[in-house]
Amino acid sequence: MAPAIAIKDLSKTYETGFEALKRVNLDIERGELFALLGPNGAGKTTLISIVCGLIKATGGTVKVEGHDIVTDYRAARSLIGLVPQELTTEAFETVRATVSFSRGLFGLKKDPAHVENVLRQLSLWDKRDNKIITLSGGMKRRVLIAKALAHEPRVLFLDEPTAGVDVELRRDMWEIVRGLRESGVTIILTTHYIEEAEEMADRVGVINNGEIILVEEKSELMQKLGRKRLILQLGSTISAIPDGLASYDLELSGQGDELVYTYDTHGGRTGITNLMNDLRDSGLRLKDLQTKQDSLEKIFVDLVHKD
Amino acid sequence: MNYRAILAIYQFEMNRTKRTIFQSVVSPVISTALYFVVFGAAIGSQISEVEGISYGAFIVPGLTMLSILTQSISNASFGIYFPRFTGTIYEVMSAPVSFIEIVIGYVGAAATKAVLVGSIILITATFFVDLRIEHPVWMVAFLLLTAITFSLFGFIIGIWSANFEQLQFVPLLVVTPLAFLGGSFYSINMLPEFWQKVTLLNPAVYLISGFRWSFYGQADVNVLLSFGMTFVFLGICLVLIRRIFKSGYRLRA
Ligand SMILES: Nc1ncnc2c1ncn2[C@@H]1O[C@H](COP(=O)(O)OP(=O)(O)OP(=O)(O)O)[C@@H](O)[C@H]1O
Ligand SMILES: [Mg+2]
Repeated sequence: MAPAIAIKDLSKTYETGFEALKRVNLDIERGELFALLGPNGAGKTTLISIVCGLIKATGGTVKVEGHDIVTDYRAARSLIGLVPQELTTEAFETVRATVSFSRGLFGLKKDPAHVENVLRQLSLWDKRDNKIITLSGGMKRRVLIAKALAHEPRVLFLDEPTAGVDVELRRDMWEIVRGLRESGVTIILTTHYIEEAEEMADRVGVINNGEIILVEEKSELMQKLGRKRLILQLGSTISAIPDGLASYDLELSGQGDELVYTYDTHGGRTGITNLMNDLRDSGLRLKDLQTKQDSLEKIFVDLVHKD
Repeated sequence: MNYRAILAIYQFEMNRTKRTIFQSVVSPVISTALYFVVFGAAIGSQISEVEGISYGAFIVPGLTMLSILTQSISNASFGIYFPRFTGTIYEVMSAPVSFIEIVIGYVGAAATKAVLVGSIILITATFFVDLRIEHPVWMVAFLLLTAITFSLFGFIIGIWSANFEQLQFVPLLVVTPLAFLGGSFYSINMLPEFWQKVTLLNPAVYLISGFRWSFYGQADVNVLLSFGMTFVFLGICLVLIRRIFKSGYRLRA
């Protein structure tokens, strides 16, 4: 079975001469939730726009469930729903009219029941006859999602869907995304809220300067790149790390009553046992200890700033 | 063919017209009525008949044509320019819709509206003057052909324009003068010989002359030439549209 999205050697040079994508290769499996992370200007929107047919690639190919986006654009595009990054809505149309319009554009029969269902899911049903211009920003964001879902897409692109959205709405959105994923929809999202990717994604891709620099199962990524910290709470305060512990990657913090030891989990030896022995020999008394794993955010920042 | 998409775009555009019914329909009717009052009644009463037709009746086809030209162009150019401007065009561009289907939807709606306005103006005119239509089939043919051709032209302008000034530029500075100087208010036979020749370079002359012929059986230029020229404009617009389609010009970066 062809993957949901197959991107091969995809390049994009804008008319300004700016190279926004540099031979990107990426496969997205059917039914997965893929988080595309990257700093501002990395090329996320450019990538999505090419797949959705908004801009033309300057090189390479993209296939959606096996359909080429250029030679077989009708089949490819029918499968895709897009929630764009910018809040671009009609103004004077009603919510229901604009969602029905989207369905028509994709060549589907009118289906008031489906439209109602989508609007209810997004808590828009009460606003169905309101003009879009009278809605708040968060509500408009929901309208964009409703439009994207109007034609029952099999692949859904969410380009920073939670930018400028309050906590409650964000929770709602993730509920909906989870529901879609469970029903088998492939979801590709970009976000700057890394905890979202951490919580939701099956796989994570990181793009920087138009290049995919990493694609990894989220769990593996966190394990592989995740550095753990062992926080040792001391029974008394000290002013400097004792000489006997100088060879360890230790940091004195708190009020001088906390030692932080950073170690790699995927290294064969973590050095914890030796540290504990040396700690005892140095005469320090331990009150408590805990370990912390790096968040995806820290991993991501480290990656992007490596070069 | 994605007929449902064509219908969706067409209905969307017609709804826009309904919402702005006053600007869309009432204002052209009022301005045309003003022309009748000023040119037909006030000034026209001082002018003897033109080619055997009362001056008020003589200007009706020209006035109608003038409205159809400006309506077609402004409807179609605005219809495609505005979603480009606000960004909502993204949805049409990402839908499984061919360029031809997009054109049919937008241009069809613009032409429909222009024909509606033209018909309303003709009906309004019957309150002021005695209209007779000698060749109704040709009249309808000219009406439709002109509306479609200039809606296509408007669509091109709407895609070409990079800002609102450019959107206004062509209709205001090119089309309106050409239509005014194209014999809306006079027969070109009334001009000095030199200007009669120059005037033949004005495309609007052919449209207006042909249209007036379908009413009164009299034309400044041969009616087949008029009809032919209308097709030439249509052809030019189709070629331009095809170019835009091929290159994705200003629609797909
Ligand atoms: N139409 C354009 N012409 C020229 N350059 C462009 C154009 N659109 C985008 N770019 C450039 O391409 C690069 C990638 O832009 P893109 O919008 O894909 O970034 P992004 O990863 O989505 O960023 P963000 O997180 O800010 O949304 C940027 O440097 C941007 O300035
Ligand atoms: Mg972006």
